[in-house]
Amino acid sequence: MKLHEFQSKALLSIRGINVPEGRVALTPGEAREAAEALGVERIAVKSQVLAGGRGLAGGVRLVSSPGEVEAAAAAMLGRTLITEQTGPAGCRVNRVLIETAVRPVRSLYLSLLVDAARAEIAILAGAEGSEDIEQRLQSGETRLERLSLGTGDALEKAAVTGLAQRLGLGSNLHSAFASLLDQLRLAFVELDATLIEFNPLVVTEEGKFVAVDVKMIIDDNALFRHPELMALREEHDGDEIELVAQNRRLNYLRMDGNIGLAVNGAGLGLATLDMVRAANGSAANFMDIRTTATSLDVAHGFTLLLNNPAVRSILVNVHGGGMQPCDTIADGLGIAMRRTGRTCPVVVRLAGNNAEYARFRFANFGCKVIDCPDMWTAVNRAVSAAHGERS
Amino acid sequence: MTILVDQNTRVICQGMTGWAGTHYSAAMMEYGTRIVGGVTPGKGGTYHLNLPVFDEVAEAMNETGANASMIFVPPENAAAAMIEAIEAGMPLVVALTERVPVQDMLRVRAALKQSSTVLVGPNSQGILSPGVCKIGVMATGSERKGHVGILSRSASLTSEVIAQVSAAGLGQSTTVGIGGDAIHGLSMRDCMELFLADQDTRGVIAIGEIGGSEEQELAEFLAGIKPDIPVVGLVVGRYAPTERRMGHAGAFAQSAASDAGNKINALKDAGVIIAKSPHLVGETIREAMAAAA
Repeated sequence: MKLHEFQSKALLSIRGINVPEGRVALTPGEAREAAEALGVERIAVKSQVLAGGRGLAGGVRLVSSPGEVEAAAAAMLGRTLITEQTGPAGCRVNRVLIETAVRPVRSLYLSLLVDAARAEIAILAGAEGSEDIEQRLQSGETRLERLSLGTGDALEKAAVTGLAQRLGLGSNLHSAFASLLDQLRLAFVELDATLIEFNPLVVTEEGKFVAVDVKMIIDDNALFRHPELMALREEHDGDEIELVAQNRRLNYLRMDGNIGLAVNGAGLGLATLDMVRAANGSAANFMDIRTTATSLDVAHGFTLLLNNPAVRSILVNVHGGGMQPCDTIADGLGIAMRRTGRTCPVVVRLAGNNAEYARFRFANFGCKVIDCPDMWTAVNRAVSAAHGERS
Repeated sequence: MTILVDQNTRVICQGMTGWAGTHYSAAMMEYGTRIVGGVTPGKGGTYHLNLPVFDEVAEAMNETGANASMIFVPPENAAAAMIEAIEAGMPLVVALTERVPVQDMLRVRAALKQSSTVLVGPNSQGILSPGVCKIGVMATGSERKGHVGILSRSASLTSEVIAQVSAAGLGQSTTVGIGGDAIHGLSMRDCMELFLADQDTRGVIAIGEIGGSEEQELAEFLAGIKPDIPVVGLVVGRYAPTERRMGHAGAFAQSAASDAGNKINALKDAGVIIAKSPHLVGETIREAMAAAA
C-alpha cells in the first residue's frame, strides 16, 4: 500500500524523525488558512498523489505569501498531474500539503527498502538528493552508498560513521545521523514497510536532518497487524473500482483495451495478456480471482466487467485448481450475467478441477457462453468478438 | 525417480486441524501421500483425520519419523511455523500459505542460512510426483507419470503446463511450484540443479514471470554447465499493466532484470528453448525431447 506524503510524514514524525511543519488542505481556502497558520516567509505547496516525479511535473511550488499559496493550490486541486512515474493517465490531485519550506545547507538521498534478491533490508544513501537522481545515477554523475540491515538489525557505530564520512557529513553531524538511521530502521520494521525514501533529506543550518520529501510503501500482506494503517486507505484517491475488487478478493487493474479479462492466478493471467496481445487484441482490465474468493466475490468482479462500457467481449481463462474449482467461477459469472442483464459475447476456457460441472452450472443459469477447448482458441474468439466480428 | 519427494517421504502437516490443513491433508492421503501426523500448538495428544497431533514439530519428527513438513498455517503465524520446522532440522518444508508478510520472510531466510532444510514456497502450489507423492494444493487428474520436470513461479500456469505435457503424450517426473512471492525458499536455479541430477528427468520446463532476477540466475547457471537434456522456458508478463511507480529506490533495486524480454534473452543465450506462446509449451518440450533422443 502506497502512502501519501502527508500520511508518511505524520507516521514518521511521531517516531521522532524531523519533517517540515505543515498541514493538508482540500480547498484553496483551506490552503490559505494553513499558510497563515504557519506564518513563515517561504511556503511549499505540494500536490498529494501516490506517485513520484511531482517536482519536475509542476506538482510542487515554492511561494512566499498566503495569497500565492491559495492561487497555487487552486491551480493544483482537481487537476490531473502527469509525471514520469504516473503513466499517461496521471493522478488526480485531491489534496495539497502546505509546508514550511526548509532552507537546505545540504540535500541528501536516503532510502530503506526490502532487497528481495538478497533477502535483506538495505540502506541506500547518496551525497546529493534531487528529483533527477535516477538519470544522474545512470550517467555516472553520482552514486549511492549501500549498507545491509539484515532483518532490521541495529547498525554498528563504525558502519554508520563510515557511511556518514562517505556522504561527506562533518563529524558534528554524525550523532544526529546515527539517531536518524536508527529511528528510521525501527519505523521501517514496526510499520512493515517495503520502502521509505527521503529525497531530499535536508541538513539545516542548525545541523538538523529534515525529511523534506517522503515516499513510503507498506507491505499489503502485513496490513492485518496494522489496522491503523488500513484506515489510511480511506484517504486514498486510488481507483474506486480497484478498491472494491480488493475487498472482494480480486486483484483488479484497469487497462485501456476492450476485452474484459478474468483469470485465476497471476501467472495464467500474465500468460493470457501476452496471448491477447499476440492475437492483436487488448485487455480492458486484468482481473485475477484469488483462491479464497467465493462465487459472490466472483459475481461482483464480473459485474465490474459487464458494467464497463469499454468492454466489447469477455474472456474467462480458468484452470481450476485444488483451491479454486471452475464451478465457483461459473456460478459467479452466471449471477453477474443475470444481474446486469448485459449481453456481450462471453468466451470461456475451462480446464482442470470441476470444468465439466461448471458447464452444467452455465446451462442451469441459462447463460450463453462461447465454450472453447483451449486457451489460444478462446483468446482469438474473444479478440474477434471485441472487434465486432460475428463468430 | 523424482526430486525432493519419493515413496519414502513421510509428511506432517503444520496447521492440520484448521480448515485448509484438514481439507488438503485428506485429499493428499487419498492421492497416496504418507501423512503421518499433524502439528497444532495446544492440540498435542489429540487425533485428527485418524492421525496423531503434536504441539511441536521436533516432537512430531521424533514420534513419527517424518522427513517432510507442509505448512497450512495462516499468514499471521506462517513464518514462525517455517522457522520452527527449520530449527527442528526438518529436511523438506513445503509452505503453501499465501500472503506471508515480506519482512517475516527475511527472518525465515536468515534461519535457512544456518540449516540444511530445503524450503519450498511460501505461496507455492506444492510438489507433485505423479503416482508417488503429492504435497500441495493442486488439483490432480491431468498429470501422468513420466520424465519431464517442471519448475514454476506460478501455480495456475503449472496446472496448465502439466495438462499440456500430458496432452502431448509425455508425463512428469516431478513438478515443483517454487512460489510466487518475491522472497521464498528454493530458487529456480537450485530446483534446476536437482532436476539435472535426477536420472529419470529427461527434459525440464522452467516457468518464469516478470519481477526479480531468478531467471537470470538460472540462465547463468545453465550457461555454465550446458545440460545434456533439453530445457524449455516460458516467461510471462511482457504485456503486463505497468504500475504507477513510487519513488526512485524501487527503480534502482529492480533494474532491467525484472523485464520479461530481458529474462527471455538471458535464457535463450544460455541455450534454453523458449516456447513461442503459453499454449505451446507441451508441444515445444515434446519436439525438443524427440530431437534430443
